[in-house]
Amino acid sequence: MTLASELSSVDVVEAKAEQLAHEAGFDEDTASQVAMVVREAVINAILHGNKKDPAKHVQWSYELNDEALKFKIADEGPGLDPDSVPDPLAPENILRSSGRGIFLMKAIMDEVHFHQLNPGTEIEMIKYRVKKELST
Amino acid sequence: MSMTFKVREVGGVTFVDLSGKITMGDGSPTLREEVHKLLTEGKKKLVLNLADVNYIDSSGLGELVSSYTSVKNSGGELKLLNLTSRVRDLLVITKLVTVFDVKENEAAAVSSFA
Repeated sequence: MTLASELSSVDVVEAKAEQLAHEAGFDEDTASQVAMVVREAVINAILHGNKKDPAKHVQWSYELNDEALKFKIADEGPGLDPDSVPDPLAPENILRSSGRGIFLMKAIMDEVHFHQLNPGTEIEMIKYRVKKELST
Repeated sequence: MSMTFKVREVGGVTFVDLSGKITMGDGSPTLREEVHKLLTEGKKKLVLNLADVNYIDSSGLGELVSSYTSVKNSGGELKLLNLTSRVRDLLVITKLVTVFDVKENEAAAVSSFA
């Protein structure tokens, strides 16, 4: 699905993400958190990826299967190195007013992957419906 | 629903009762603007009552941090009151719960400024 690079696009995606999280069986608070980090990813794609360029778009998709709820959000920006994002928990960063979006995605979802496109960045987020057992 | 503010005074402490969502992009006046306004009025003992805030995102967390920093830099104190579970969870995840003085009731918040 394609979104325009404007913040009014965000609410539609967030509402759908919350609906899917409920369908996946997550509790109320978890469903809200999942929807919130999907919103964060779309906002990042619009603001930091596409820099609100109306000629650029955000692609997003979802998959709900027996195992997990997955989202993919892609921008058409210059690319993102996720390792270059400062750690918001570090004492020198704790009072920064921004920079917590990717951290929250990683904290709330079970897996977060960044894929470099040409051009742009795709972020893939996975939340398992049943916690995966660690193999021994 | 966008965020709304209600400001009141109790025992020399300024309470800001917030309700709605603290997020980016809804066009409502921001929390930091409201706090800045209170600081210019000489209000430096501030409590943000978050009892009716059940949604916050990273931009909202940034608003809380900016407000905290502005008040501290002005020689005042900003405390939080009545966190909902969703807001508390995010403050714990981001370790901001270690930054803010969080109070559970209004009387404790007022007396903590003494």
